[in-house]
Amino acid sequence: MNETTESTVGHSTDAAPPPPRRDRKLADAWRELKKAPLSAKIGLLIIVAYVFVAIFAPVLTQYGESEIVGSEYEPAFWLEGGARLGTDNLGRDMLTRLLYGARNTVGIAFITTCLAFLIGGIGGILAASLGEWVDQFMSRIVDVLMAIPALIFSLLLLTIFGTSIPVLIVIIAVLDSTRVFRLARAVSLNVVVLDFVEAAKLRGEGIGWITIREILPNIMPPLVAEFGLRFCFVFLTIAALSFLGLGIQPPTADWGSMVRDNATLITYGDITPLLPAAAIALLTIGVNFVVDWFLHKTSGLRDEQ
Amino acid sequence: MFKLIKLVAQRLALGLLVLFAVSLIIFLGVELLPGDLCQEIQGQAATEETVAVCRAELGLDKPAPIRYLDWLTNIAQGDFGKSLANQRQISELIGVRFSNTLFLALVAAVISVPLAVILGLLAALYRNTWYDRTVNVVTLSSISTPEFFVAYILILFLSVQLGWFPSLSNVSPETDFWDRVYRVVLPAMTLTLVVVAHMMRMTRASIINLMASPYIEMANLKGMSRSRIILHHALPNAWAPIVNVIVINLAYLIVGVVVVEVVFVYPGLGQLIVDSVRTRDIPVVQACSLIFAATYVLLNLTADILSIVTNPRLLHPK
Repeated sequence: MNETTESTVGHSTDAAPPPPRRDRKLADAWRELKKAPLSAKIGLLIIVAYVFVAIFAPVLTQYGESEIVGSEYEPAFWLEGGARLGTDNLGRDMLTRLLYGARNTVGIAFITTCLAFLIGGIGGILAASLGEWVDQFMSRIVDVLMAIPALIFSLLLLTIFGTSIPVLIVIIAVLDSTRVFRLARAVSLNVVVLDFVEAAKLRGEGIGWITIREILPNIMPPLVAEFGLRFCFVFLTIAALSFLGLGIQPPTADWGSMVRDNATLITYGDITPLLPAAAIALLTIGVNFVVDWFLHKTSGLRDEQ
Repeated sequence: MFKLIKLVAQRLALGLLVLFAVSLIIFLGVELLPGDLCQEIQGQAATEETVAVCRAELGLDKPAPIRYLDWLTNIAQGDFGKSLANQRQISELIGVRFSNTLFLALVAAVISVPLAVILGLLAALYRNTWYDRTVNVVTLSSISTPEFFVAYILILFLSVQLGWFPSLSNVSPETDFWDRVYRVVLPAMTLTLVVVAHMMRMTRASIINLMASPYIEMANLKGMSRSRIILHHALPNAWAPIVNVIVINLAYLIVGVVVVEVVFVYPGLGQLIVDSVRTRDIPVVQACSLIFAATYVLLNLTADILSIVTNPRLLHPK
């Protein structure tokens, strides 16, 4: 950081940490992990399992995502004459749909959360570091957007733009980015007044450099924790919309619409329609456990940076 | 006293401004529609003449600001326009359904508010015991499960297996009061489970926060019993944040009914908006969104004002 007299915007490539340090960091992370409470370990295990299923879904089952394999509503293995998890309302294999659902539902929620963080995070840091009218302008827009309940707002926007996956992703990401904006702005406000940011400004660094190299590393822990919570929220919103028939559209396998399609089975005392709902609940609880642990740890992590 | 009135008036003015902005957004949203509403309705069958007739009928030939003012003044007089799907007056569709939704939210509130406050008080009283920890885990889990999961589990156990309550809450204007209550038990229970967790955690947190203040320590040192300290000394000062949380959760209830109404096929506003989104009946969606958003804004405004009125410290900002 001694040779930064030139005011180039961007990242210098020679600043990558040398390998020994990374090894130590990995070892540290491993040691932290072993010390983690049981709930966090369970949470991590759940997340790893979901990612595994999402990636290897086609290998884990012999049927196609929307392949019809039998008659409608065949029973699951614990009922008489049943095999696997039975079939759904169109005779598609439940287990297959459940596995592919991991890929679609979790994947779409993840992309949406990333997009929300990109919009809200950049917006929040810019509002904090530029201040004055930029801050006022952006904050007032966010205030008004947040005055309308998110679910109702997304219903209105889905009516206008129609229901397709890209539209769904953009709408939820934009609505959710308002919450990210608030947090990113609030935590960056504490950082932008510190001396090292002032120093960077005085030696003529551009706004991009200051954002990425000075502010971002210092607000990372709260943002990472927020990412976990936001992911849960987005995931539940998409599941709710799909359940209402307004989210991910058939024939794409998705947990919310699977519950909706097979709900009639519940009135006969069959629990198979609850499995996709349980899959949703299990993942959100797992993520919450990990976030809880991470929030306790953040002060320690900050020291290492 | 004058200061109090001024603060409240400021909040009210701000609330009105927000309401105005919200109505503007809901109106402008439709302007974003690629092409226009008439082309959207008629689809492939649109010819130049039919589109022109339709535009004149809906008043789309006027400029946007005038249409916005017309729309707003009509709504102020209770006229929301006509539904595209069945040509009925929207105010007719909404009237009964809105009162149904309010009834469901009210029943849920009557159950959940006292329950949440009592559970929160107990959790603060028996802090760090097995009771506190159990309640903590249970509420965390119920916050992070989808509403329809809770709803279907209740249906499975209380309706299908035990047969205590109906799984469909079909009420009509003729249904008498107690029958109505009986039919909304399951949806109200679902909503209760969802909001109690949040309210309870906030009650617990605000009491525990207060317990750290010096005057409580003083009471402690005098040898008062724990329950007396909480009920007589901590609670009066904790009311402001608790009332705030309650009102915010009521706002959530009004909105949270959407999914629950669909699960139980309850004829409320939530069901109507979902059906209208499916058929892309834009005027109905606009009207419902406006009602939901206005209720939400008004309740949040109430929370704001209540927290000013009940908290003397806010009156004298340093």
